[in-house]
Amino acid sequence: MSAQTTNSKTEDGETRRDFLYLTAGAFGAVGAGCFAWPFIDSLNPAADTLALATVEVNIAPIEPGQAITVVWQGKPVFIRHRTAEEIEEARSVDVATLRDKQTDEDRVEKPEWLVMVGICTHLGCVPLGQKTTQPKGDFGGWFCPCHGSHYDTAGRIRKGPAPKNLKVPPYKFTNDTTLLIG
Amino acid sequence: MASGERASFKNPVVNWIDERLPVFTLMNKEYGVFPTPRNFNYFWNFGAIAMVMLVLMLVTGIVLAMHYTPHADHAFGSVERIMRDVNWGWMIRYLHMNGASFFFIAVYIHIFRGMYYGSYKKPRELLWIFGVLIFLLMMATAFMGYTLPWSQMGGWAATVITNLFSAIPLIGGPLVELLWGGFSVDNPTLNRFFALHYLLPFVIFAVVFLHVWALHITGSNNPLGIEPKGKQDTLPFHPYYTAKDTFGLSIFLILYLLVSFYAPNMFAHPDHFVEFNPMQTPPHIVPEWYFLPFYAILRAITFDIGIPFTEIVFIPAKLGGVIAMFGAVAMLFIMPWLDTHPVKSARFRPQYKLFLLLLVVDFLILGYVGMEPADAMLFGSIKLLYLGQLCTAYYFAYFIVILPWLSRTEKALPLPSSISEAVLNKHKAKPSPEAAA
Repeated sequence: MSAQTTNSKTEDGETRRDFLYLTAGAFGAVGAGCFAWPFIDSLNPAADTLALATVEVNIAPIEPGQAITVVWQGKPVFIRHRTAEEIEEARSVDVATLRDKQTDEDRVEKPEWLVMVGICTHLGCVPLGQKTTQPKGDFGGWFCPCHGSHYDTAGRIRKGPAPKNLKVPPYKFTNDTTLLIG
Repeated sequence: MASGERASFKNPVVNWIDERLPVFTLMNKEYGVFPTPRNFNYFWNFGAIAMVMLVLMLVTGIVLAMHYTPHADHAFGSVERIMRDVNWGWMIRYLHMNGASFFFIAVYIHIFRGMYYGSYKKPRELLWIFGVLIFLLMMATAFMGYTLPWSQMGGWAATVITNLFSAIPLIGGPLVELLWGGFSVDNPTLNRFFALHYLLPFVIFAVVFLHVWALHITGSNNPLGIEPKGKQDTLPFHPYYTAKDTFGLSIFLILYLLVSFYAPNMFAHPDHFVEFNPMQTPPHIVPEWYFLPFYAILRAITFDIGIPFTEIVFIPAKLGGVIAMFGAVAMLFIMPWLDTHPVKSARFRPQYKLFLLLLVVDFLILGYVGMEPADAMLFGSIKLLYLGQLCTAYYFAYFIVILPWLSRTEKALPLPSSISEAVLNKHKAKPSPEAAA
């Protein structure tokens, strides 16, 4: 092989060696990425954590105006038995004025039962308002003590830094007094 | 480092080693005869003090790790066991806990020193960047250490800080699950935080090495901010600055030990002594004091950024807060290019000095705002939030507007022609033979 064939230049000065550098570099980068992936992915939720947990809750003892907190996937879930006034209050709001526009109807299956993940959508604190002695914020729902987000009686963000309404988990009523979350 | 002149040593064992690996030559060159500006004040102690604190944190931390159990069910108990049952455990833990605070005190003063005397300016930009990197790594390490006792304060700090990343568009949600290793802060989170809390100090140590290496290439800045011109402007590091550093360090350590032994929980909160309950956030959570100004900046952004009077939002409030908080640290990284004024020391820049001291006051006020609850009031009538927003605005204005503006317009006072001249003029009243020469 002469020098001309191994290192022959094209018109714009590229050589075969440039091509080899690029392809070798590209393969190296892909290889490094493939090698790194298992280590990064090992930090993701493990199989036992992922094993989808469902929680069955007996809601019969919860009187109107009362609320309970249950654990689902390590997170608190708020279940509130709303009073007629609370439902009325949530439904009388003009949706267009809300930060995260959702009607109350979109957030509940049965109007008297509000089921939500009790984690503030700002930075993950658990808002206050489940117990009668706790502050419920300016809109009669929940108040997050960490950074001052106020939620209304439908768990919608009304004031403060949180960007979204409290999340509604997948759930269904298996009968009149049993709720299945997950 | 291997090349160059070797020093000669009287001790034959030292000499034998030095011929094969010139560590003694290196130490002599970098810490013995190393030419150091002769006009250092006590602000120049804090680099060495920070270094000693880092070593202290490593020593106490490694011993603590031998008694600690990184498991959600046992972590809190194992820390209580360290406090009650392990020999000297109470002392080692209190030294570690308060050591973090005093490490940050030393580093904050060290950073202020750099800003006041222009130590970030050419040719020390890279040296400064390594320093900011160390600060950033310290923040990550301190945060993870804070969570390890698995207390209410620690667990909720972990929740809030990891949730910051959920503000990132598109990848935020999966990223936070990746950080947690689950759907909430739980045992996998604790495990990896412990592993990283053990690892990062060694990374810090490596960056400190680079920081010091870069320092020994450019040489130290000094209170006058003018470079030494020759032997008459410098002193050998040993014994002059080894002695001065030891004195300053002794005072600092006395204060550190006074707090560690007589007020060990001065920086702590009652919620540190309650085990983590993922179902209940304490009514008032605060980060460690050294994060408070940045926490206040995070909370100051309560508004969406978009086109006014429309529904279009580019940066929602939550993301804005996160960007502002990280941006506050990022400002330090780019500071050498924001302040391009040729004069380094604030002594000769009265306007710069004024704005910098205002920034210090601003930073302290931000710390106060960060400490108070989110809906706190000032004098019972004004929202503290507004004060936080005002101070956040000044913080960014200082870097983005004031520094470049002063770089262009400020007329500096006349500089002395050399360090030795300035030092000797100070004592003109009693002239020395050197001054006459």
